[in-house]
Amino acid sequence: MSMSTSRIARAVAAKDLRIELRSRVVTNQVLPFSGLVMVMFAFALDNDDVLQRVAGGLVWLATLFSLFMLVQRTFAVETYDGALDSLRVAGVNPQGIFLGKSFALFVQLLVLESVLFVAAVVLYRVNVNGSGVVLLVTCVLCATAGLAFVGTLYGGLTAGARGRETLLPLLLLPVVAPVLICATRATESAFRSGGVTVGEGWPWVGVLAVFAAVFGLGGLLSFGSLIEE
Amino acid sequence: MNTETQTFTGVGTPATRLYGLMAIVALGWVLLGGLFFTPEDAVQGDAVRIMYVHVPTAWIAYLAFIVTGVASACWMIGKKHSIGFDRVAGASAEVGVLFMAMTLLSGSLWGRITWGTFWVWDPRLTTTAFLFVTYIGYLAVRGLGGTAHQRARRSSVIALLAVLEIPLVHFSVVMWRSLHQRATVLSPDGDIKMDGIMLFTLLCGVFGFSVLFAWLVSHRQRIMAMKDAQQTTAIDVAVTERLKEAQS
Repeated sequence: MSMSTSRIARAVAAKDLRIELRSRVVTNQVLPFSGLVMVMFAFALDNDDVLQRVAGGLVWLATLFSLFMLVQRTFAVETYDGALDSLRVAGVNPQGIFLGKSFALFVQLLVLESVLFVAAVVLYRVNVNGSGVVLLVTCVLCATAGLAFVGTLYGGLTAGARGRETLLPLLLLPVVAPVLICATRATESAFRSGGVTVGEGWPWVGVLAVFAAVFGLGGLLSFGSLIEE
Repeated sequence: MNTETQTFTGVGTPATRLYGLMAIVALGWVLLGGLFFTPEDAVQGDAVRIMYVHVPTAWIAYLAFIVTGVASACWMIGKKHSIGFDRVAGASAEVGVLFMAMTLLSGSLWGRITWGTFWVWDPRLTTTAFLFVTYIGYLAVRGLGGTAHQRARRSSVIALLAVLEIPLVHFSVVMWRSLHQRATVLSPDGDIKMDGIMLFTLLCGVFGFSVLFAWLVSHRQRIMAMKDAQQTTAIDVAVTERLKEAQS
């Protein structure tokens, strides 16, 4: 059975990523949107020093805004033709679906964040080098894993529900607040914003890893009963 | 299933009438004692009177969310998945959100008088605000529709995820504040020496709001039960009525 779970996960993830590659919704809509958000932040704050200081937080805020779009998208493709119902009726292991969809979301978020960090370097003039890069990469991987698990979990819950566009942010924002706090602090350390050192960032990455582990486990245990109607 | 012949005169029972009476007496004392009979505080002045409402409502809000978590776990673990647990969870969350709103409102008024500001980014305040928003989300999930069992399954998962979420939020907010703002405005106010009548009034408040919570939750969950019953029996009632019409 365990083999079939990982095979299902790979199949679901491959399917989701293939859909995104072919439909180009992420590249043509979500990426430009998040880039636009970064430019809007610059308009709103209108000060190079302030931008450099808060760059870490802005990158993660733009990521969260885009997360809602990605999560809605990843479950819209499942509910259009009742695909999720078909999977359920076919007796597909929900843990496999959860892992597969989380992984596809993880990959999409990583692409998005790479673009946002490049935008931060270009638009907000942040510098990252040496040990800062190691911290930043670890932080991004842990934070993204947590966001992908939570996004899949709550996306599955609201999939097919009336008013899901407005419900999802309401449910998801409080839950991802720890990710915003910890990832922002770790990123600021990696950027050495406001005089913080790279070493100060590692405890935050630890919390991010705990967050990802907790919601990964919570998702594996509860996803089945969430999508089962 | 002969609910159609039952006439409803209310959802009160001798027990809820007793709670209600106790709540009126205790809260009546809090009103009179808190506003007139207790002295003002040496440091806080008249602002301390807000505490007779603020502290009890905060306690009850936390208690309500614990009740919601426990009732959701009972629904999930129980073999029969008794829908009563789900109703208690929902009723308790509703009352908890109400009390938490009162806590935040009274707390920010108190803070404006005492600290000179409506809000500080203290870990306890921030976590409380997150708790409030989280349970508003929980109530929104309960309102998604579907059968009573769908509602119970969804909302119990959300309630248990909230139990995971709250410690994480609290921990990261504590870490955020302790690393970023070493001098916080507020220290826990547990070390305040209290006058006898002040302590009595506060305890009256805690007791009064506790029985008020019990009163509200028992009424609310009974109203929910009636609503569920109405949904399931409405069709039966309509069919029976049409048959009677046809026969007469």
